[in-house]
Amino acid sequence: MRIAFINALAELAKHDSRILLLTSDLGYMVIEPFAEQYPDRFINVGVAEQNMVGVATGLADAGFVPFIYSITPFAVLRPFEFIRNGPVYHQLPVRIIGVGQGVEYGFNGNSHFGLEDVGVLRTQPGLTIIAPADDAQTKTAIEKTSNLTGPVYFRLSKDSFEIPELSGNFELGQTQQIGNGMDVLILSTGAITREVIQAAQLLSDQGLRSTILVIASIAPAPVSDLIKALSTFKCAFTVESHYITGGIGSLVAEIVADHCLNVRVVRLGFDVLLNNPLGSSAYLQAANGLSPEKIASRIQKVLEESN
Amino acid sequence: MTQQLFPSQIRKIILEQAKRANVGHIGSALSVVDIIAALYFEVMKISSPTDPDRDRFVLSKGHAALALYATFFLKNWITSEMLATYCSNDTLLPVHPERLLKGVDFGTGSLGMGISYATGAALAAKLQNSQRRVFVLVSDAECNEGIVWEAAMFAAHHKISNLYVIIDLNGQQALGYTQDVLNTAPLAEKWEAFGWQVKNVDGHSPEEIKSAIQACEQEFTRPHALIARTTFGKGVSFMENKIKWHYWPMSMEEYMLALENVERFS
Repeated sequence: MRIAFINALAELAKHDSRILLLTSDLGYMVIEPFAEQYPDRFINVGVAEQNMVGVATGLADAGFVPFIYSITPFAVLRPFEFIRNGPVYHQLPVRIIGVGQGVEYGFNGNSHFGLEDVGVLRTQPGLTIIAPADDAQTKTAIEKTSNLTGPVYFRLSKDSFEIPELSGNFELGQTQQIGNGMDVLILSTGAITREVIQAAQLLSDQGLRSTILVIASIAPAPVSDLIKALSTFKCAFTVESHYITGGIGSLVAEIVADHCLNVRVVRLGFDVLLNNPLGSSAYLQAANGLSPEKIASRIQKVLEESN
Repeated sequence: MTQQLFPSQIRKIILEQAKRANVGHIGSALSVVDIIAALYFEVMKISSPTDPDRDRFVLSKGHAALALYATFFLKNWITSEMLATYCSNDTLLPVHPERLLKGVDFGTGSLGMGISYATGAALAAKLQNSQRRVFVLVSDAECNEGIVWEAAMFAAHHKISNLYVIIDLNGQQALGYTQDVLNTAPLAEKWEAFGWQVKNVDGHSPEEIKSAIQACEQEFTRPHALIARTTFGKGVSFMENKIKWHYWPMSMEEYMLALENVERFS
């Protein structure tokens, strides 16, 4: 997605002179397509994420649209108060790019994981939050948000891949649907949608048909799409590469409560401190119950218990 | 009103409004009066608070906002009725400046952020080939914040020579003297080492502040830092250099005495 992002940005920048790219010294072998094409519109601010957000705020106030790029925790958590007091409070079009959904930086360890970015940022009014599920959706989302006057956060995977079922579709405030089974509703966000699709296949092999709704537009939340789907099922599962607090599990539970929907919500995600031996992203997801097999078996177990 | 009278007028308004609202931060506001007066009445080119090519001012030490509001009043940007809403319900004039008030480009109050915004604003002017300059007022204790030095490195590296930082060197912070809390000295040497053009000025001499800024205008490769020596609580003898006046509101007796002090110069 980070490659899809940079290519989409370089393309947009051809026709939009407001676009600048700032990085806090990250993005080797990623940012070059933009940096080489637009050397006067690219700034490596150094290893200084707080100043990157502050400078971007000043630039945006003068009419620029600065994209600021880093690994998720450095883009979001280190300068969080700057995001809050800067682009959010001043309602300015700063674009925050956080690379690394969940545990994608596996061997780099906890410091590089993005497990609470959505939860932290979802507290901020007027901040658009987008977590694409694949490259094509990333491109569409970058294009469709280019004229938003407020700040936007993009939660991007570092990997490149396509989910053909999505056909690159993205709309603010809407979900994208994969399948139309009536046995189970699975709500997914981001790259882990690949594992969710595999899990749905495993469930299908057991005779359980799924509907998957992909939540790429986390804020604005796809409220009416979710109400519609959640009103149709007795049990819904949220799957995310994020702590189960604050992410789409919380979002869905809020919508269920706000609208008095009669549906059980089971949240799958990271629910403990990752204080164990490390490994690849796939290893860490599996160790936390988020491999396709474990997602499928957890869903199946809950459904059996409820019947 | 002659320009020399603006500082004492600002001080008088600070005392009146701080007393009416019964709030503190009086000493911090009094400390920067002459700097703000010099900038708004002698240095900055601002035809109106909405002119896109106006010079910008960022009050990074947001807790001195009352001095800024008094200045806006004297510039006829806000009415006396509006000024009198300071710290009342439904006001646009709280303790720290908010962006909803015309003339405030960047809301502040969290120390250190203002200089970072100002650095971006100055860089934007350069990218847009505008002649506008950005002035940012930081306190000496604000230099405790790491972000000040992130911004300082950035501005020097990018030769943002339309950026002017004025450091209100009053030697005090909320709970004590800076040399006892977290020593920031030697500030001039630090800013110089970070690649800035540095001028030491008397922060209570608008004339000296103006000349120092004029002298900086020929330097095109470095941003500029004015180390402005000031007296905390300047103009009210019993507040000068007293820690308590960072937060303390005035009693009626103190208020009358303070007004007398200030009116002597107006």
